[in-house]
Amino acid sequence: MTISQEEICTKVRETLVDALGVDDDEITDDATLMGDLGAESIDFLDIVFRLEKAFGIKIPREELFPPENLLNDPQYVTNGRLNESGLEKLKEQMPHVDFTEFAKDPDLNKMPDLFRVKSICDYVGNKVNAG
Amino acid sequence: MAFESGRRAVAIKNVSLAEEHLADHFPGFPVMPASLLIEAMAQTSGILVGEARHFQEKVILAKVSRALFHELARPGDQLRLEAVIENLTEEAATISGTIRCENRLIGEISLMFSHIDKSQAGVEFPQENFVFNESFMSLLQFYLKDAQTGVPNP
Repeated sequence: MTISQEEICTKVRETLVDALGVDDDEITDDATLMGDLGAESIDFLDIVFRLEKAFGIKIPREELFPPENLLNDPQYVTNGRLNESGLEKLKEQMPHVDFTEFAKDPDLNKMPDLFRVKSICDYVGNKVNAG
Repeated sequence: MAFESGRRAVAIKNVSLAEEHLADHFPGFPVMPASLLIEAMAQTSGILVGEARHFQEKVILAKVSRALFHELARPGDQLRLEAVIENLTEEAATISGTIRCENRLIGEISLMFSHIDKSQAGVEFPQENFVFNESFMSLLQFYLKDAQTGVPNP
């Protein structure tokens, strides 16, 4: 069964409203989870739980949000920035994210900006309608 | 009161006027503070979540996802706290709970717990389990038998 991207986004928004206690109108496509919506690390796990339940899917740990081990691995990080192999690895792990902006200056401090409402919708969309 | 491993736990809290904080909350009109209702639910479900994975991890309250209160809990009330596990994974758990007094629904509380040893990789925590220490464990053994057989200990 295929669910339209619109339906998915509506459900994702509802999930974010519940998980983060924000207002519906704050959740724009471009809103960043941490910067704009005030999410903390524990909220990411909460969001994963809620999405799994809402869509009846399984979200492997560290697939929707990148693994900490990557950020602490000197193989991927040089001077507080993701190096080329780090960026490659991240792209591979998060195909649902648009890296164009981030790739220009892959500062680790800007990592949180990668998590936007739209990227979650895209991720869930791929997941639900795959196969 | 009742304990089903990995599923649900029911606990009782008798609200007594002898509790000192009730003198100030509020003077002349004692009400159990909502923060303590959440704490009571956190204790009930903390044990449930910890036991579900055999107390291997230190279970920490990470998030109060939802707390809705419909009525006041007042001295003389016997609160029945029921916690049900919604999600349980290696690094965290979520529960939803209700607090009732007889037929009155006092509150609905959803909590999230973190297993800090698993979710905070790289951060050092004390070796010993400061959440579930020895005296807690021996107490629990005593009462668990109770809850599972339904026969009160003498």
